Amino acid sequence: MTRRTVARTLVYLSLIAATAVALLPLAAVVLTSLRSEREMADGSGALALPDDLLNFHNYATAFQDGRMLSAFGNTAIILLFAIGGTVLIGSMTAYAIDRFTFRFRKLVVALFLTAALVPGVTTQVATFQIVNSFGMFDSLWAPIVLYMGTDIVSIYIFLQFVRSIPTSLDEAARLDGAGAFTIYRRIIFPLLKPAIATVVIVKGITTYNDFYIPFLYMPSEDLGVISTSLFRFKGPFGAHWETISAGAVLVILPTLIVFLLLQRFIYNGFTKGATR
Amino acid sequence: MTDTTEKAAVEPAPGPAAPKPAPAPRTARLWRGATPWLFLLAPLTLLIVFTYAPIANMVAYSFTDWDGVSPELHYTGAENYAELFTRSDLFEVFWVSGYYLAASVVQIVAALYFATILSFNVRFRNFFKGVLFFPYLINGVAIGMVFLYFFQDGGTLDSVLSLLGVQTDRAWLGTPESANTSLAAVSVWRYLGLNFVLFLGAIQSIPGELYEAAELDGANRWHQFRHIIAPGIKPVLSLTVILSISGSLSVFEIPYIMTGGATGTETFVIQTVKLAFQFNKTGLASAAAVVLLLIVLAVTWVQRRLVPDEKVDLV
Repeated sequence: MTRRTVARTLVYLSLIAATAVALLPLAAVVLTSLRSEREMADGSGALALPDDLLNFHNYATAFQDGRMLSAFGNTAIILLFAIGGTVLIGSMTAYAIDRFTFRFRKLVVALFLTAALVPGVTTQVATFQIVNSFGMFDSLWAPIVLYMGTDIVSIYIFLQFVRSIPTSLDEAARLDGAGAFTIYRRIIFPLLKPAIATVVIVKGITTYNDFYIPFLYMPSEDLGVISTSLFRFKGPFGAHWETISAGAVLVILPTLIVFLLLQRFIYNGFTKGATR
Repeated sequence: MTDTTEKAAVEPAPGPAAPKPAPAPRTARLWRGATPWLFLLAPLTLLIVFTYAPIANMVAYSFTDWDGVSPELHYTGAENYAELFTRSDLFEVFWVSGYYLAASVVQIVAALYFATILSFNVRFRNFFKGVLFFPYLINGVAIGMVFLYFFQDGGTLDSVLSLLGVQTDRAWLGTPESANTSLAAVSVWRYLGLNFVLFLGAIQSIPGELYEAAELDGANRWHQFRHIIAPGIKPVLSLTVILSISGSLSVFEIPYIMTGGATGTETFVIQTVKLAFQFNKTGLASAAAVVLLLIVLAVTWVQRRLVPDEKVDLV
């Protein structure tokens, strides 16, 4: 064997090892979710094949007793409002900052930028008091408002795009008598479509996965979202790993589907979003 | 927030020499001046109410003994800060961050390696890319559950080891050391994909001719990495380092879900959350949060000094 083939083999071996590390924990959970209670008691290893590969009993239990339906519902409502709000607010901010020169403009930009440096987890103690004083504690409004208000990444993505839209378009429209709001609504917003897609994906995934904010702000059980409902599995289902596994798979499944369908956009979105 | 000043110089100053359009009627002019503010009304309100007001309040609370509920609060000066720095049990949580910092090093090196090999021609490239990235997209609670089972007695890890002929009889989450190592490994599993994709994007933006030229000069893969890739991705690399440091300081989700902070896995944020919401020590918790915030800001500042980031140009 030449050195080159050895190197190539090592590269593939490392890739296969990484794949195993990435997939094994997930595969074990999928297998466990298909086991019956009796099989679990027998103590066959986590990687043994379940007797019945189509045993979806645990999924039914997790879905019903774990109140996953209402969790998916709550998550959907939050997603809808939070994403809609982020898109509107982010694009309006970007339009105002890029297309107007006004007093304190630099101050406004600096305020948004500085906010990006403040890690959200550090300020929650005080944010909590403010949310509470608005009476939004333990309601769906708390996460919605918090997700909408602090998203600097989407503002930045929108800014990049607004800047690439030629100002001559605005000017032509202005000559035709269009006001600032019409220009925003009829010209800028429609042209932002690629940026909107990016923001929807990135914001959607982070919102769907967030645990901290719903956990702090929505303690009541009716308001469980995906993550907090799954977290509650730890209590009632204790050591029933077959049910907990089914719940975890139920939560992961939508992400997997979205990922497989939108792979290319997701990669783009994350590189754009993360390198602010 | 690096160069907000630069563009100001470029903007034409409204000097008297500049030809001005005929003055619009007063109301129209007022209206025009107000337009950007109309667009900024909602964003600025949210920004101030949910980011700046909390920071200001937090600093104020940190000098009081407030419990977060009662209408009464007393000014106690720097007492909270003194308590924070002198009570060793409150400060010990920072040692836990060390595990996550060490894990970040592993994570960055592995991400660099995989990004480099997958940016060249490799079979099943997209499959490997997807497999490496996907864990990053998974819900944190689900990851917590998956790995609780993974480290369970007779769980995934023990099964794999026994398949390989290694019999282990240990509780992976049983001692502080092995628990923290395990949890830090989970965070590598979770975040490797993000670093990997960032690096991959950066490497692919390096023009391909550079490699060809290097190959003509007889450079091997290591030379290419050392002299083309590494310098080419420096900005992303420094961003990753900064995210890792501030991330290691503010770990919360995975240890909270998996161990609840037991067996010495309590991190700074878990402690703060407990102080504030379980023990009603809002004053002390605020002081802790202020300390964390200052550390993160300091780290960011140092990084900006070391690697001036040309890319941040919001204005």
